[in-house]
Amino acid sequence: MELKVDRTIDARGSYCPGPLMELIRAIREARVGEVIEVLSSDSGSKRDIPKWCQKAGHELLRVVDEQGFARFIVRKAR
Amino acid sequence: MADRLSMIVFSGTVDKLFPVAILASGAVAMEQEVDIFLTFWGLEAFRRGAPQQNMRFSKDFEDKAPAMLALMQQKQVPSWYETLRKAKELGNGKLRIHACAMTMDLMGLTKDDLDPIVDDVVGVGEFVEEAQKGKITLFI
Repeated sequence: MELKVDRTIDARGSYCPGPLMELIRAIREARVGEVIEVLSSDSGSKRDIPKWCQKAGHELLRVVDEQGFARFIVRKAR
Repeated sequence: MADRLSMIVFSGTVDKLFPVAILASGAVAMEQEVDIFLTFWGLEAFRRGAPQQNMRFSKDFEDKAPAMLALMQQKQVPSWYETLRKAKELGNGKLRIHACAMTMDLMGLTKDDLDPIVDDVVGVGEFVEEAQKGKITLFI
């Protein structure tokens, strides 16, 4: 099933905690229910982003591995 | 106990200010409070104009400094100051930077001599009292 992404942030090339910080910023600016996608080549994101989503109460819909980076798809839940 | 990270920043070299900024960012991201207490060289690094010019590196890894700085430039890693500034913005009041009153007196500094990112000047007693509210306190 194709997910509807409202906004994509390309944080590739940015180092820890850059991609996470950009995701947080985008989530703050988004409306509840919107879906944000972050592209990250930082290896710390794999652990940081799921942890943050859990803590902050947002829904991590999908993590997709690509060549040299990953896509994190998050829905703003509150 | 509150979710709080307290850091006593004694060092003023770029290689140590980096982890300070990154740890502060991580803590703010995880919705923790952050208190940074600047003393001695840590305070020196926050003099007005200093963050933009400081290229100092720890003496014990001095031989690696040029290569490391070049790598950071090449990979366009944001500076420790920029990282800290962003963390502060994102923290929305959760990240506070305090200057050590004793060091200020010793160096003859006033708040105006410091970078505006510094929130206030406090005594060690107040800082320790605040730090007691958190689980993590680091000396860097």
